[in-house]
Amino acid sequence: MANAVQDLGWAATRFVETLGQMTAFAGNIGRAVVTRPARYRLWVDELFKLGVLSLVIICVCGLAVGMVLGLQGYTTLSRFGAAESLGAVVGLSLLRELGPVLTALLATGRAGSATTAEIGTMVATEQLDGLRMLSVDPIHFVVTPKALAMIAVMPILSTLFILCGIGGGYLVGVELMGVDGGNYMSSLRSNVTFRDDVAGSLLKAVIFGALVGLIATYRGYTARPTSAGVSSATTSTVVIASVAILISDYAITALWGV
Amino acid sequence: MTRSPTRDFLVGCFVLAGLAAIGYLSVSIGGLNYSGPGGLLLYAVFDETGGLKPRAPVSISGVKVGQVTSIRLNDDFRARVEIDVDRSLELPVDSTASIVTSGLLGDRFVALSVGGDDQLLRSGDEIGFTESAVILERLIGKFIHNADLDSNQEGGKGE
Repeated sequence: MANAVQDLGWAATRFVETLGQMTAFAGNIGRAVVTRPARYRLWVDELFKLGVLSLVIICVCGLAVGMVLGLQGYTTLSRFGAAESLGAVVGLSLLRELGPVLTALLATGRAGSATTAEIGTMVATEQLDGLRMLSVDPIHFVVTPKALAMIAVMPILSTLFILCGIGGGYLVGVELMGVDGGNYMSSLRSNVTFRDDVAGSLLKAVIFGALVGLIATYRGYTARPTSAGVSSATTSTVVIASVAILISDYAITALWGV
Repeated sequence: MTRSPTRDFLVGCFVLAGLAAIGYLSVSIGGLNYSGPGGLLLYAVFDETGGLKPRAPVSISGVKVGQVTSIRLNDDFRARVEIDVDRSLELPVDSTASIVTSGLLGDRFVALSVGGDDQLLRSGDEIGFTESAVILERLIGKFIHNADLDSNQEGGKGE
């Protein structure tokens, strides 16, 4: 019994300690961004790896989610005789919730895990120590471009996801179920507002990008220098980032109503 | 890290596609418009807006010519509705603005009926003649009330 309480106390201490270290790590990244010269070339390289290479999965998933939304939305709305507002249902749910969240989850699996594995392997093979020996700051040289690229990439991917989803909903709703195409687009246009929906969606995507970027690089940077350590760091990136995305999603929605 | 033309090109395309997507979502679907030289800004005062919302369409003969920009309460507790219509429209000063519904339960919008005066409305002018929204529940309420009165009167005659 006492042991169980001790374990709980230890776990709580570890949790708070990790949070503190992560905040300090974020501070280090911020300092590197402000005080050191920008590494555009490395950043573009990361944009390619995290962004362009995630395009296919994002667009395919967006299309699939939009098609499902179109089908389910049509079934539900036609019970109330409101099938012509299908566009608003598909567009608003994608913009406000599904687009940013699902994109962030997909990007965690696709790009976040790869980032952790890459940095973790650098730790395991002592490449970061090598950099330090050359008096190159690994946070500036390795971590910062990846974290910043994740922030920049997320709103773009999320927007493309949303557009693919709206297209998928159109495909199913209009072409398959016979909702009027003009109705679909006009209910979408008249119900989506820039300030509440589009700007909120972009804000969510940026926050999720920062979270995923921070967690992925932190987990890689602090991975144990063994193959088992790298693999467990990669796993924990996916788990922690997914939980963090969903919890912070609720917090953002509750705080700012987007 | 060496430069790679193909990769840089792909990244450039990716960023451009993303910006275009954000732009499309904001402007075309989100209805963001830069408040530059706007159209013809008019306002009208109504007793009852019946759930008219900002960004609702303004139409003449069913053709959309602008949208509602804001709805506020006036000092005399009537609703002041500001609309932004196409600046090329030549609206006479005795035009009428009415709040109508598309379909039985559809969205509210503002319909303008054009008058016959020689003088034209300019930006910032008030549309003097207005017709408020019709609230279906009140109509039904009145109808039932009147029906009650009728039946009472008939009952009175019978005695």
